Amino acid sequence: MDTARVPSGAPPALELSRVVKSFGPVVALRSGTLTLESGSIHALIGENGAGKSTLVKIVAGLYRRDAGEFRLAGEPVDFTSTAQSKAAGIAVIYQEPTLFPDLSVTENIFMGRQPSGRFGRIDRKAMRAEAAEIFGRLGVTIDPDRITEGLSIADQQIIEIAKAISLDARVLIMDEPTAALSGVEVERLFAVARSLRDEGRALLFISHRFDEVFALCDTVTVMRDGSYVATTPIVETTVDELVRQMVGRDVSELFPKLEAELGDDRLVVQGLTRAGVFHDISFRVRSGEIVGLAGLVGAGRSEVARAIFGVDQYDSGSVVLGGKPLPKGNPRVAMARGLALVPEDRRKQGLVLDATVSRNVTLAIRGALSKLGLITSGAENASAQVWASRLEVKTAFLDAEVGTLSGGNQQKVVLGKWLATEPSVLIVDEPTRGIDVGTKAEVHRLLSQLAQEGLAILMISSELPEVLGMADRVLVMREGRITGEFSREAATPEAVMFAATADAGALA
Amino acid sequence: MTAIAPRRRTAGGILATVLKQRETGILIALVLIVVAATVRNPGFLFSADGYRDLLLTPSILLLLAVGQAIVIVTRNVDLSVGSVLGLTAYLTGRLFIDAPGIPTIGVFVAGILLGALLGLINGALVAFAKVPSLVITLGTLYIYRGINVSWTGSDRINAGDLPVDFRGLGTGQLLTIPILTIIAVVVLVAAAWYLRNLRSGRELYAIGSDPAAAHLYGLKVTKRVLSAFVVSGALAGLAGVLYAARYGTVSSGAGTGWELQAIGAAVIGGVAISGGVGTLWGAAIGAFLLLTINRALPILGIQDFWQRAVVGALIIGAIVLDRVLAIRQSRRLLEARDAS
Repeated sequence: MDTARVPSGAPPALELSRVVKSFGPVVALRSGTLTLESGSIHALIGENGAGKSTLVKIVAGLYRRDAGEFRLAGEPVDFTSTAQSKAAGIAVIYQEPTLFPDLSVTENIFMGRQPSGRFGRIDRKAMRAEAAEIFGRLGVTIDPDRITEGLSIADQQIIEIAKAISLDARVLIMDEPTAALSGVEVERLFAVARSLRDEGRALLFISHRFDEVFALCDTVTVMRDGSYVATTPIVETTVDELVRQMVGRDVSELFPKLEAELGDDRLVVQGLTRAGVFHDISFRVRSGEIVGLAGLVGAGRSEVARAIFGVDQYDSGSVVLGGKPLPKGNPRVAMARGLALVPEDRRKQGLVLDATVSRNVTLAIRGALSKLGLITSGAENASAQVWASRLEVKTAFLDAEVGTLSGGNQQKVVLGKWLATEPSVLIVDEPTRGIDVGTKAEVHRLLSQLAQEGLAILMISSELPEVLGMADRVLVMREGRITGEFSREAATPEAVMFAATADAGALA
Repeated sequence: MTAIAPRRRTAGGILATVLKQRETGILIALVLIVVAATVRNPGFLFSADGYRDLLLTPSILLLLAVGQAIVIVTRNVDLSVGSVLGLTAYLTGRLFIDAPGIPTIGVFVAGILLGALLGLINGALVAFAKVPSLVITLGTLYIYRGINVSWTGSDRINAGDLPVDFRGLGTGQLLTIPILTIIAVVVLVAAAWYLRNLRSGRELYAIGSDPAAAHLYGLKVTKRVLSAFVVSGALAGLAGVLYAARYGTVSSGAGTGWELQAIGAAVIGGVAISGGVGTLWGAAIGAFLLLTINRALPILGIQDFWQRAVVGALIIGAIVLDRVLAIRQSRRLLEARDAS
């Protein structure tokens, strides 16, 4: 940190000021402000949905801002493509790098700007030598001739970094690069990052792990709800301070939680394990109870849900539904026994976008609706009507195509589809992702009502206020393990955030 | 081609060997078939006609297969090449009839230009309308053929309509090698060099390997895909001119079904239908294998019905082989990664 060299008087390498971006009615970025200095590593932290990714995508040229200022080395810029951003010396390393799996490591580094000689012929020798030289500088041993398929995420990130170096990028943005790395790999990445800083480049490091932020970065900017909160030199702040800045808001007001009578155990999960994905997951959900499953994206929560429902396999452990064991790997039986899963990615896994609202709502109860194997649209509509009105799906006609509805209404249709099966246990994965505030509140009210009527609900959510506002009990997962369990009273934003981010050691 | 990194036997090195095997494999199959047919009937290779046919028959398909492979590498497909061939073959005949004394080179240029234009239409629809190429080129397959039928009617070009020296191209030899084969191989060498050594050639592989990554890299995806279709069309146009020279007779059905043979040749030759993998050399050998088998099987005493089944089995076998190799390779790469 002491080696940071800030050229005095020079304009910042990158400067964003009050940048705004919205998608239809959803404001993803209310007021993004960020200043990166050359020769410095800057951390950007915030909850999921705080607007970090949107900010990065604007810098990368993937999105265009609606308003606000964007300057690079003092010059105003406005990127309309990733090529422009790249040409201006910005390199973005995503959490999951996008490389060409069939091509060699060297080709991946130089694709689109290979060194060439006579007749434009690519100079493979020079290309390979430069790749080897960069790897040498980074102190890594990756064979430049191998294809990139099968490389670990860590190695793929190194290739992205090598790409950035060969481009002589002045600004490097790393979007949660350590999420999928082991301890050794993180150390290697940090060593590389520090050497890049010492070469005078500006680095932005997005992470959820405070220990890493404190170990690596010189300054930190906190974002919350799409807005800038504060920028502080790392030596002048603490974890507690940062957590306060990240969550700082009153959570209980947004989501009116109805009191529900808690009944028997409906879903009991014991020691569920899938090697490399999740380990020893045990919990129970009672009738009338909403259990929140909190944690960061990638903590393994959706994978647990999919394993319980039977879409994915698991290695060991057991699932008991309504007092009887549930066979693994059989979603059909799970559905018949009253388990419903509303998936995370509704467009891909929850809906037939080209089909009508009523077709979608009745999709999961086709068997019950059919007479002699035929389903009349009358029966479809009658059944869909019940749920559509209960969910207040704002669509004039039940035969509108689902793809044309807003995100909020789509989510209601998915919910309706599963509620039509009259489940006793409902698992919802990110029920309000990407939908506007008003509809969010409606979805919450609905879930709360369902619990009151005796449904057992497991709610996976990355939005802390949602979990804290809705859940009777909060489970926290981190890197495939349950790292915390809190009663409604004990679940403070700070406590949950800590369990979701901190080392297991720090917890104990 | 690949210098294997000195330190250890790397995954990349293994891949290079596997890829090599992929093309040598079909080459060996080709040699075996020729040998078997020749043993049964020495004239298959050692008569003047046999030797010439061996080289001549696949030459036109080779051009289509090269164009097809370029398109498939970008994760697209061009089903219209048979129809393009038919149109340009008929155009060739009409030019000689309607413009007597037209220089042969002019006819070649016209054929190639028409093919390129038809390819441009395919490419523009695929690249700008963002409709899968399978659908677009299935449509243009019928449209181009329809144009051909209404233009030709019940008419047809006969050998007598064509100048003697033009027809000589179709049967002539240079140093005992058929001229058509020389043309096809020159095109093959040039196209293979382009795909291997120029940036835009490598970008075709990148686009086919992962289109989303190609966008993030800032590659000119639209332009590249468009030009792949133009090249495929132009080569089909050239093939059409050569078709007229070789067969002399051109009806409105010329080239029907050739698109499937071209795809088959590319796939047998190791060009992955999902894009990003394969060489033009492989596609060319695939074309040779496909047509040589057609000629060899009757000699080997295999019934007509089974001949087609063998070709089908060959295509499926090639895809299964690629799949198996890919799975085995990725498992090997994963093991190598765990071991390190």
